[in-house]
Amino acid sequence: MNNFIALTRMRIQLTIRNKMFLFFSVIMPFGFFFLYAGVFAKGVPAGVKYLMGPVVGLTVMGSFWGLSAALVMFREQGILRRFHVTPVTPADMLASSIVSNYILTLPTVLLEFIFARAFFQVHNFGDLLAVFILVTVGTVSFASLGLVVASVTNTMQETQVINQLLWLPLIFLSGATVPLPSLPVVVQRVGVFLPATYLVNSLQRAIYFAVPIQHLLLDVVALCFWAVTTFFVSAQLFRWEPESKIPRRAKLWAAATAIPFVLLGIYENRTGRLVAESQAAYHAVDSAEHRATPPKQDSGSPQP
Amino acid sequence: MNNSILQVENLVKGYGDVKAVRGVSFSVEEGEVFGLLGPNGAGKTTTVEILEGLRTPDSGRVSVCGLDPQKNPQELKHEIGAALQSTSLPDKLRVMEALRLFSSFYRRHRSPEELLKRFGLEEKRNTFYSQLSGGQKQRLALAMALVNDPKVLFFDEPTSGLDPQVRREIYDIIEELRREKKTIVMTTHYIEEAERLCDRVAIVDHGQVIALGSPRELKERSDDKTRLEVRLARPESQDVLKDLEGVTECRILGDSYILHCRRPPQAIVALVKHLESQGNELISLEIATPSLEDVFIELTGRRLRD
Repeated sequence: MNNFIALTRMRIQLTIRNKMFLFFSVIMPFGFFFLYAGVFAKGVPAGVKYLMGPVVGLTVMGSFWGLSAALVMFREQGILRRFHVTPVTPADMLASSIVSNYILTLPTVLLEFIFARAFFQVHNFGDLLAVFILVTVGTVSFASLGLVVASVTNTMQETQVINQLLWLPLIFLSGATVPLPSLPVVVQRVGVFLPATYLVNSLQRAIYFAVPIQHLLLDVVALCFWAVTTFFVSAQLFRWEPESKIPRRAKLWAAATAIPFVLLGIYENRTGRLVAESQAAYHAVDSAEHRATPPKQDSGSPQP
Repeated sequence: MNNSILQVENLVKGYGDVKAVRGVSFSVEEGEVFGLLGPNGAGKTTTVEILEGLRTPDSGRVSVCGLDPQKNPQELKHEIGAALQSTSLPDKLRVMEALRLFSSFYRRHRSPEELLKRFGLEEKRNTFYSQLSGGQKQRLALAMALVNDPKVLFFDEPTSGLDPQVRREIYDIIEELRREKKTIVMTTHYIEEAERLCDRVAIVDHGQVIALGSPRELKERSDDKTRLEVRLARPESQDVLKDLEGVTECRILGDSYILHCRRPPQAIVALVKHLESQGNELISLEIATPSLEDVFIELTGRRLRD
């Protein structure tokens, strides 16, 4: 426990001292925030409130970027080796990555809510407990995804390629950038296989409709289950040494992390629950914005 | 054998088709500095990393502080300290933070403050790791190996890549640890390092120990390799010099005579007596004792840095 706390402190210190952190954890999320709130939602409170789900979702999902890169760099430079000759365990190393990332993500999320209130007059953020739980589960699960990426890649270049390959579908097919209902039906059907879709949709419902946590259980449990799977897999595949090879079974392990959302995706494709919920929110904000901005001819729908 | 703090028996480790370590055996007594001397790729680092519990051997028995590195890696890591090869610390970690962080991992501690002072890093306490010079980084690495007051220290190539002056600083540090009776296992491919710092040396080549003993014992094996290089006032017969007591061979090199001798003291006495009787005079005399390098060449037919 001691080692875990000491490592968490170190990781927080190092991250704050890193200029890349400033960009990825401060400038980029706030850039997204003002782009969504100011431009896509045109500053209309109902629209801003609707888009808080995607904005917070993006901030939370961004966790896996920095985390995978940091861990791969630690391994490539032989820093992990130095920890390997101490009593530090892989679990200490991995858990401290996740917790330090969580501690650093929370203030950014909090500031996004404060900004929404200060600049865009959004006064009600729905069910705060549900939002808090979703942010926590989301940050931990996407951070674990970052750890799996770090485990299955050897070099920084490989890590960045995999990150890009994961990031693009996660943000474009999940409703985080383009609202799910305005995507083609085929894309919606693919989107329900992604963890990001559940995170964004449930965040949106918790904030916009104040849906309490007990009605978001399916999404939360799925994300928790995924977090546990990914963390377990990353611990299995953890490597201290830069030259140690990835075992062949690693790819199978990594593929296993997709299982929870493959099953859930099949289920969702049958029931259509998530897409229907997402549509309801979309129409609600649409009419709310009509009321808020009557002179406009076209709808003020939050279409980026 | 009973006092040894570290034992290695028939250690074997391969990477794919390459056998890095092929049946290495040795033991280290408490309080001695033990050196593994050999060229790059001889299997020294692999051996040491197995002892540290970083690598799994294919076969053989290892015991460090009475513990098996495979079965009790966690326990073992509390007892050992290591300065590894090809390792690093995060760029933006400060010197003092590194010492504090690493000492927090252990049950036993030494004061980071004291280590800082001892390794001459006081002024660098708040410096980022990335801003340290090569020598400072190495001093920090040695200081960090001591944070848990370990029973056995492992230094893997502690001076490689450092310039001569910094290397001497590191020697001083290791010599001080030796005076304190710390048990140290170190690897090196520098002859002078092994001769100067180690109580006993295992010469390693192609994954095997080819000779083992104190530097003096090892050199005594090639005692007839001691050379006397003399210059005389008047020329002498090569054959006469060769027949002197203790001399095995005589060559002429420029204006000097090179005498190979088995028993240098006797040879010198015989030489001086002979010259006196001839009314000849000794202008200069140099003794070249065999180095571990000569031992290595004799054993392998190669230079160490081939």
